[in-house]
Amino acid sequence: MPEEGLVWPGMLLVATDSHTTTHGAFGVFSTGIGATDMAAVLLTGEIWFRVPEIIKINIRGKIGKGIMAKDIILYIISQLGTDVALYKAIEFDGEAVKELSLDERLVLCNMSVEMGAKATYIRPDEKVMEYISHTNPKKYKKFKSVKRINNINSDEYEFVYDFDISELEPQVALPHRVDKVVSVSQAVGKPIHQALIGTCTGGRIDDIKIAAQILNGKRVYPSVRLLIIPASHKILQKCIELGYMQTLLDAGATLATPSCGPCLGAHEGVLSGGEACISTPSRNFHGRMGSAEAKIFLSSPATVSASALKGVITDPREYL
Amino acid sequence: MFESIIKGKVFKVGDDIDTGQIYPGRYLYLTSPEEIASHAMENIIPDFSKKIEEEDWIIVGRKNFGCGSSREHAPRAILCAGIKAIVAESFGRIFYRNAINIGLPVLKYPDIIKKVHQGDLIKINLQDGLITLYNPERKISIEKYPPQLLSILKSGGLISYLKKFGEYCHLNK
Repeated sequence: MPEEGLVWPGMLLVATDSHTTTHGAFGVFSTGIGATDMAAVLLTGEIWFRVPEIIKINIRGKIGKGIMAKDIILYIISQLGTDVALYKAIEFDGEAVKELSLDERLVLCNMSVEMGAKATYIRPDEKVMEYISHTNPKKYKKFKSVKRINNINSDEYEFVYDFDISELEPQVALPHRVDKVVSVSQAVGKPIHQALIGTCTGGRIDDIKIAAQILNGKRVYPSVRLLIIPASHKILQKCIELGYMQTLLDAGATLATPSCGPCLGAHEGVLSGGEACISTPSRNFHGRMGSAEAKIFLSSPATVSASALKGVITDPREYL
Repeated sequence: MFESIIKGKVFKVGDDIDTGQIYPGRYLYLTSPEEIASHAMENIIPDFSKKIEEEDWIIVGRKNFGCGSSREHAPRAILCAGIKAIVAESFGRIFYRNAINIGLPVLKYPDIIKKVHQGDLIKINLQDGLITLYNPERKISIEKYPPQLLSILKSGGLISYLKKFGEYCHLNK
């Protein structure tokens, strides 16, 4: 939707996917709903909501080399738990958030639903405006002239959490919980059969770029299937243009067309019993990607790529 | 058919029952209520739909029941399988609203799981916001539904509500 110019700051946006919270990186109140709710929205243009309390998460510190937004958000989820934001909205702020690219901020907002969040918000800045200037010049013109107002007082937050990620290592969520997170050094050496870079959480240009960087001129470990599933057709086409796809295909990766695919056990990478997969998506519930006897590890695209190279969970910083 | 008073036997489940456990992703293409019902909870409770075929049952869960996806199949499988209501400490918020929208009562109460055993009979009064436990008999107050949501449940779900009223209107209907 952002690619089509359909997303801009200040919207109230609903879609039939729990990861609709992703659009919060554009300064949007965006949330997932079910089919009946959507039918009612199409019919009436209205929806019922409980207005959520807001919790604020400040992320401070300089982002280390090889550390991606996925590492940051996995760490935060492991510290706060999967129900800290139930019925609540989250606002992300702090110097580390400002440093992240828009693509990377989408990851924070995407994964916040794994803490139970109704919606997630990041104050839109020049990075958002730059994106919208290309996708929706009409709206961009309108926003350019709007004076920014800071209209949330600190006492309006139900709770404020502070994190410093300067010393953060790459993170891995172990089977079968997204909050069962360890530093990569505690997970290295675990063998994998499949590596997945893709889906709404980890299939954007930045993600595929880092995979191409790590695998450039090298080959995927013989017993590992590396799947690349770009998050959209535009991203797929852009990655072909930039040469990333060629690099990855030369390295032995398998390419699948954009879809949720194996993330929810639908197709294109469904796991069988006894298999272990390290992947960029957001969930590793028991049996989610196929067999209930399979294991799913979650990590950043960098960690997935390095692991695909070595056949075991690997710290990506060795290759960056 | 809306029942303001719901009676059923307790079926206990644990923490963080996600939508994939309630209804696996590989069955999302199904549309028939009977088929959907047959797969309810199958990854974690084999033959769940058969286990609850006789008598009326109420699922009692811990925290974060229904976390995960927005798939409406999750509450629908539970409803089609014949479950009368779900009481839990907390719910995944999309599951919570999906359940209300399809007419499946969902109620929050902290520590409910500690107060009941598998198979216990309980009674829920949706209008007054009361749960009655037995042996010994005692009533516990729960957060009442706002009038708007009670109207949606009374109508048998959001689609029936909108067919009846044509729009969101609310109080005391």
